[in-house]
Amino acid sequence: MPDSSPARIFIKGNEAIALGALNAGLKCYFGYPITPQNEIPEYLSKELVDRGGQFVQAESELAAASMLLGATAAGVRAMTSSSSPGISLKQEAISYMAGSELPAVIVNMARGGPGLGDIGPSQGDYFQAVKGGGHGDYKLLVLAPGTCQEAYDLTIKAFDLAFKYRNPVMILGDAILGQMKESVSPWEPAQPDPDEGASWRLTGAKGRKHRILRSLLLEEGVLAAHNRHLQQKYKEMAQEILIELFEVDDADLVVVGYGSIGRIAKSAVRKLRKEGLKVGLARPVTLFPFPAQALRDLAVQGKRFLTIEQNLGQMVEDVRLSIRGVADSDQFSVYPGDLPSPEEFEDPIRNSLGG
Amino acid sequence: MSRIEVLEERCKGCLLCAQACPKGVIAQSERINQHGYKVVEAAAEKKEECIGCAFCALVCPDVAIHVYRTPKNVKEEETGHAG
Amino acid sequence: MYQEELVFGHPASMTDHYMHYCPGCHHGVAHRILAELLDEMGLADQAIAVSSIGCSVFLYDYYKVDCVEAPHGRAPAAATGVKRARPDNFVFTYQGDGDLASIGMAEIMHCANRGERVSTVFVNNTVYGMTGGQMAPTTMLGQKTTTCPGGRCQEREGSPIRMTELLSQLGGVAYAARVAVNNVKNVKKAKEAMRKAFQAQLEDRGFGFVEILAACPTNWKMTPIEANERIASELIPYFPLGVFKDVSQEEAC
Repeated sequence: MPDSSPARIFIKGNEAIALGALNAGLKCYFGYPITPQNEIPEYLSKELVDRGGQFVQAESELAAASMLLGATAAGVRAMTSSSSPGISLKQEAISYMAGSELPAVIVNMARGGPGLGDIGPSQGDYFQAVKGGGHGDYKLLVLAPGTCQEAYDLTIKAFDLAFKYRNPVMILGDAILGQMKESVSPWEPAQPDPDEGASWRLTGAKGRKHRILRSLLLEEGVLAAHNRHLQQKYKEMAQEILIELFEVDDADLVVVGYGSIGRIAKSAVRKLRKEGLKVGLARPVTLFPFPAQALRDLAVQGKRFLTIEQNLGQMVEDVRLSIRGVADSDQFSVYPGDLPSPEEFEDPIRNSLGG
Repeated sequence: MSRIEVLEERCKGCLLCAQACPKGVIAQSERINQHGYKVVEAAAEKKEECIGCAFCALVCPDVAIHVYRTPKNVKEEETGHAG
Repeated sequence: MYQEELVFGHPASMTDHYMHYCPGCHHGVAHRILAELLDEMGLADQAIAVSSIGCSVFLYDYYKVDCVEAPHGRAPAAATGVKRARPDNFVFTYQGDGDLASIGMAEIMHCANRGERVSTVFVNNTVYGMTGGQMAPTTMLGQKTTTCPGGRCQEREGSPIRMTELLSQLGGVAYAARVAVNNVKNVKKAKEAMRKAFQAQLEDRGFGFVEILAACPTNWKMTPIEANERIASELIPYFPLGVFKDVSQEEAC
């Protein structure tokens, strides 16, 4: 798909997300300033309005997320973006949108935590993103781009998936991706079907029975039935799994990493390959649904695993669950607050390979 | 004449209608509805005094009162027959 | 045989759902007035309601209009999203005092200040009803609730908040009024105020707001008639009725 347009532009990851959203048919954006994602609202405050869309700088992340709830209930393509502390505030409405089955797109350009943390890169929000994040049992589709091009591509995909499943979709990036500039080919996707959401969206009850979009289900048995329906939907999302596999065929050790860290790990793997070490990389692109089967298939071939993350060990739990009974995964943490480099991954990879 | 119809399954017996009625037509009945509320009624000895002002319905919190009026010209023609 | 006519019946835009409210609760009156206006103004089939959390959480059961449920206090934000997405629809929120004046204070202030073309019906009964009678931001000084059992005390809990006065200071507000529904005269005035708040949206003048002083006999531990009397004797002197802002077409931003 990226080849369909020859034009290439040199932009930040945050701008790639904003442009991807615009080209995907974004109609409404609601946000609140927070570093390191400010280029997204700044870009959209002009470009979205120029295209006839609605840009609202909300009074808080709480409000921005509920504005998103309102706009998606009306059935338009809408988005919010923030970074870790702001995403925590948005969890309220995210849970409601998951319960009410609303097709929202939420961008988290994560920063270091806990608390106010720092404004540098971090993957400390992995659990929050893939395990639900707010109250109740629900899942978001979680997409983790590793490059600016992928940020553009996956943002477009996020809107399609949101409407396909009537479910919130999160794009989980970090400060590296948001602030890094790369060459991006902004291909033009097909415009969304004007009838998308026609069976449930709120447009006023003219000529039809009125509709209610809600998550309060007090009647006996109704909430349980709704949760069964949601779980079934989450299972069906397995068909959307994306993973990049690099040099794994003859590898003895597979490094597992996502997003920016996955990309840095790839550099380390590439370098160690040149030294003749049999190492490969598995980079989950969808974090939910998690590519469990792909990892399990590698485990069955007798490969060992090392999960590298910029957190204290979060995705490694999903890796271990994926390969349980067959293999295990070592774990290496880059601490939020530190800036990772390929060199510092080399020794952990050598150690796991030797072990 | 005018009259009210109390939708007894909706009435909660709050008596705000009885207080609002300028003619004192409405009173609590002895009937208890399926929700356990003692419903109001236009008392038999007073119901003829209803003027159809709809004050009762205006203050009813449960949309439990319908009000009927007979248009004047019809009323005059039919006076002899009207019950 | 005489031909009688129904002069007061069930509003067409209201479902015949039995209302879950307690006897004498004024939510029902507010609901009915709103439904009558949706019918009279021809808005029912283009309205999108945003419901809130509290006793009125089941709002959507009572109207034949599209409705989305917002998190507690966030109805004005959700309504902003709905209206920005569908500017041709009529969008309203219906909120209680805990929802609007406590947890949702930021959302209502900023929605109003932006002059969102939405309308808000604010039912102030000075208490959290749904959760069992706790202190609200509008609870009167001295009023006993389950979380201020000795009565609200200004030194500890501050004073009851007058939302209509606050909102009428904001630039985006086209209409703000406080009404009551404790007697026939006030019910009629309440309906006219609500009509004007709706017109502010329809005429693209700005945000419309109506505060309704309402009785909660259950949590006030009063009969419905006593509760009605309390509105006149205690509430209205502190929360004066009237139109606090009415911006004409020419003045609108």
